[in-house]
Amino acid sequence: MEQKHIISTLVQNKPGVLAHVAGMFAARAFNIDSLTVGRTEDPSMSRMTIVVIGDDRVVEQVRKQLAKIISVVKVQDFTGQDIVIRDLMLISVATPPEKRSEILALIEMFRGKVVDIGPKFVMVEIAGPENKIEAFINSCRPYGVKNVVRTGTVAMARYGRKRAD
Amino acid sequence: MSDNTISTDPQSSEPIRKPGSQIILDTLIELGVDTMFGYLGGVILPFFDKLYDSPIRFINPRHEQGGTHMADAYARVTGKVGVMVATSGPGATNLTTGLATAMMDSVPIVAMTGQVRTELIGNDAFQEADTTGITRPVTKHNVIVKDPSEMGRIIREAFHIASTGRPGPVLIDIPVDMQVAQVEVTSPEKIKLPGYASRTRGHSRQISTAAAAINESERPVLYVGGGVIIANASEELRKFAQKAHLPVTMTLLGLGSYDQTRAESLDMLGMHGAAYANYAVQECDLLIALGARFDDRVTGKLKTFAPHAKIIHIDIDPASISKNVHVDIPVVGDAKTILSELTKQVEHRERKKWFSRIAEWKSKYPLRYDTAATTIKPQHVIEEIYRRTKGDATIVTGVGQHQMWTAQFYKFNRPRQFVSSGGLGTMGFGLPAAIGAQVALPGELVIDIDGDSSFNMTLGELATAVQYELPVKVCILNNGYMGMVRQWQELFYGKRYSCSWLKNPDYATVARAFGAVGITVEKKEDVAAAIDKMLGENKPCVVDFRIDREENVWPMVAAGKSLDEMDGLDIFESMA
Ligand SMILES: Cc1ncc(C[n+]2csc(CCOP(=O)(O)OP(=O)(O)O)c2C)c(N)n1
Ligand SMILES: [Mg+2]
Repeated sequence: MEQKHIISTLVQNKPGVLAHVAGMFAARAFNIDSLTVGRTEDPSMSRMTIVVIGDDRVVEQVRKQLAKIISVVKVQDFTGQDIVIRDLMLISVATPPEKRSEILALIEMFRGKVVDIGPKFVMVEIAGPENKIEAFINSCRPYGVKNVVRTGTVAMARYGRKRAD
Repeated sequence: MSDNTISTDPQSSEPIRKPGSQIILDTLIELGVDTMFGYLGGVILPFFDKLYDSPIRFINPRHEQGGTHMADAYARVTGKVGVMVATSGPGATNLTTGLATAMMDSVPIVAMTGQVRTELIGNDAFQEADTTGITRPVTKHNVIVKDPSEMGRIIREAFHIASTGRPGPVLIDIPVDMQVAQVEVTSPEKIKLPGYASRTRGHSRQISTAAAAINESERPVLYVGGGVIIANASEELRKFAQKAHLPVTMTLLGLGSYDQTRAESLDMLGMHGAAYANYAVQECDLLIALGARFDDRVTGKLKTFAPHAKIIHIDIDPASISKNVHVDIPVVGDAKTILSELTKQVEHRERKKWFSRIAEWKSKYPLRYDTAATTIKPQHVIEEIYRRTKGDATIVTGVGQHQMWTAQFYKFNRPRQFVSSGGLGTMGFGLPAAIGAQVALPGELVIDIDGDSSFNMTLGELATAVQYELPVKVCILNNGYMGMVRQWQELFYGKRYSCSWLKNPDYATVARAFGAVGITVEKKEDVAAAIDKMLGENKPCVVDFRIDREENVWPMVAAGKSLDEMDGLDIFESMA
């Protein structure tokens, strides 16, 4: 069954690693939904969180092919694990004067934060799992969404049964 | 010690400094490299200057592609890492075919390329190419040197990566300033490859499960790939197959892993495999895949491949397992240790019914051709080569029909005896590969059985063979066609031979122009004598056999068909 899988990958913080990973996905015709890279607590390592769409067999191949890349240090498939998932979005929403308070209430409801105010728009920062982010975008559409920037998904396993790392 | 090396008084505390190029050379020598292949150019000159005074044996090919195939075959016949060096830009791009060939067949190569000065990178400088970018998909790993003090470690890591786990080519891109920079000589830094560790011992529970399945099986087949040769596990394979009493079929790259003159050998399987091998796979109840990867040329239509079989897959590369075919019992690890472990746990079983079924297929569908023909049949040439070399030569091929006929009609009896481009199917591989093999095997007989079109792609390397007095033998099965392509056009495109014909030069004359021996054979009755004459030459020698032009390779499993749907078997029957 095709579904989204979150794969958390620890890689060496070296030039060319991102190209290697991205190239492997392209060469093997795997589907990336999102990919984020950032430093970790260890400056020599980066963390890539990759969301892939595919059935179990495809995702198993993705995991194995990632592990095969020499600069990839560790690969974890978070499928079925108890994890915290976050996506960060900056969104610019139109604010016609008569709707302003309505929009602010909506932002409040989604626990968003207004980070910039212009004469016709507000910029809102909002974090959460993907469905929350998407629900917020949909709720804003009637007012007018000017611009959306998203980080893509990051995830970490919860402490408890199956700890990350 | 060369001029550029600044040595210091051992008493003083001044560190010893050497240029990066000297570090490269010292590290290669420390790693046991005594032979290299390569081609010069501007940004690799500092390294070549150091090479001038070194004991390393250096072979200049006539094209960098040829050099990579030489390093590749050198590695295939010795099990050591093949080393190739080239300049930036066009030198580096010329390596790609050779790297891809080695990558597909898991051959350990370390290739080093010069690169423009670090500060020019990205500026479209003269002879700049994004070498690591271009070669990333065709190497196991690649790296550009950005700090000359890392040179030694990077080279050691490259050799380690190339030769361990599932081997493969590694490329090191070395900007010219890194070769010139003075580097403090320190004691060898340890390799740092976090996360790179391949499993060598198979999981013991998986091994026991596999052994139990083998002991239970009524109709097992061992399907052996090149991994067994890479793992140097042929002896373990022999003991295992003989103790458990298993029929053995091999892939193209697996040929040589099991003595084909033995009764248990089912020879090659797949698209042009022996009918008895393909039938056995389709009827077996247990398929034991060993260092093989279920390539589409082996399996035919996946859905109906080995339909009654439980599948055991033993491989060092976890990513090969369950990639194409669902595997019931995976065992990840080194074939050598796993086979010895398995051998302890398997029982000998007669399996009389199964072996007599196989014997039936063998007698009904042997590999055959028209022996009564008056034309020169390619299979006849190969059988003669086999007879006259007592089955003992190292055989190399190009790609095409001649490659398949060689795989069918030369019976290999030892690992590393057969060298061929399997995964990539690289025409032009034959001659340079034969040269690389001959460099590794001085005094031994190395024969390239080649196609006329394949040979034409890299025949400039005859000059290399002549220059270094490498007495390679080339037997061209000259059908005046890109035969394999013509066969497909005959069978699947209504005999419309679109562009599959080339006007060949007279190869014997060409050979003589290079300073090699050239022989042309036009009559069947001259075949044996020509081979004897060739074998008596201590110079490079090219024999141009003008074979039957439209001979086909049979049997054949057409693309997308099941393994047991072989064409051409009726041709055999009519000859019975
Ligand atoms: C570099 C390269 N180009 C094209 C092909 C496609 N191809 C496969 S076999 C073949 C014909 C080979 O002809 P020849 O070397 O004469 O061998 P024959 O089949 O006639 O024995 C071709 C063109 C290839 N394998 N490699
Ligand atoms: Mg031909």
